[in-house]
Amino acid sequence: MVTAMSVPEVACRQSAARARAWAAAAAVVDPELPILTIADLGVLREVRIDEGAVEAVITPTYLGCPAMVAIALDIETALTKAGFARCRVTTVLLPPWSTDLMTEAGRLKLKRFGIAPPAGKASRRALFGEERIECPRCGSSQTTRVSEFGSTACKALYRCGACAEPFDYFKCI
Amino acid sequence: MTSATCSTALPPAAQLDTLTRGSAAALFIYLLRLGDNALMLGHRLSEWCGRAPVLEEDLALANMGLDLLGQARSFLAYAGEVEGRGRDEDALAYLREAGEYRNILLVELPGGDFAFTMVRQLLYGSLTQRLFEALASSRDSTLAGIAATGAKELAYHVRHAAEWTIRLGDGTEESHRRTQLALEELWPYTGEMLETDEVEHALIEQHIAVDPSRLRQAWELALAEVTEAATLQLPRHPWMQSGGRVGRHSEHLGHILSELQYLQRTYPGAKW
Repeated sequence: MVTAMSVPEVACRQSAARARAWAAAAAVVDPELPILTIADLGVLREVRIDEGAVEAVITPTYLGCPAMVAIALDIETALTKAGFARCRVTTVLLPPWSTDLMTEAGRLKLKRFGIAPPAGKASRRALFGEERIECPRCGSSQTTRVSEFGSTACKALYRCGACAEPFDYFKCI
Repeated sequence: MTSATCSTALPPAAQLDTLTRGSAAALFIYLLRLGDNALMLGHRLSEWCGRAPVLEEDLALANMGLDLLGQARSFLAYAGEVEGRGRDEDALAYLREAGEYRNILLVELPGGDFAFTMVRQLLYGSLTQRLFEALASSRDSTLAGIAATGAKELAYHVRHAAEWTIRLGDGTEESHRRTQLALEELWPYTGEMLETDEVEHALIEQHIAVDPSRLRQAWELALAEVTEAATLQLPRHPWMQSGGRVGRHSEHLGHILSELQYLQRTYPGAKW
């Protein structure tokens, strides 16, 4: 028996489905930084549902980021597991991704993992200003940059003068 | 750049509908010029892998090469879409003949020493970063998106190259000599970055492309600031090499292609 649903009921079901699809896609982690989800990173821009088909919209951190292919595949897998058989992942470049999109929760997770989170806003001033990067281990700001480029495109290598530990810094971009 | 089996794709460019056939042909060439520059310079940087003077620089050069490869992939993927003949970024990167590449000569020159590599990154990066920043307001939103992201990547390349140029120029007698020599060897190849022809003219008028000559003054000032700190003399002679943008290349491009294209030419369609 088909029961006619009122407009608010339909809308409610749709938004519940959208929330479920968002939750599934948002839980996908960055394969190179598995402590961070793509929602923490701000890579997941939007999840849309159109007549049962889900479209997840992502923005790459760097154009050559090799993790993006794995992330797109993981999103499709997560959505399929959550019961959305028809799904696709779309890439948009505008507005460009920026470390400003990283959530507070994401920054805290990075720090606890031993990676200094991006300091300040990704304006030109922050990019080239002489700001101090805090050591994620001991909190000292007596740190020096060892290398502009680190283990991945998004990180630089630093060393702490207080605790003498080397650490990664997630660059502002 | 092996194609992956997922449905990730740049969104279909709605703005393509509004392009006339002539502008689409011009945009195709313009995108090849931008993409081929990044592809060849990225390849030159990749040649340093395992050979850089110190481990940190090995990481840095590989990272910058990867950024450039990502930019090349984005430009060439969009070029294939604009062309509309079913060629993807892999077909454009791996299956063209030397005369069909549109990169400037500067980026195909052999790597030289570390000073040469850093000075080239500085010359190319500091102008291209400004070009990309201006292209971020292009009326073509796909081009604008690639440029906006690429500009932020290049900002780091330029900072890195400028620091090294200063360190080497203002370093020992030998490092100064080599850096000054690199600057003089590379300078005649910078003119191509500022050239425009009918391809750009049509697109500049439609606010799709940017006239690089309007970036010249700011670029030269920024360069002068670095070379002054580096105690280097910026060459002033006006004679410039030209040809890469219209497919007239040095013999070096053929050698790059023999390595870059080897696998796809020997095992067509190979994936891994």
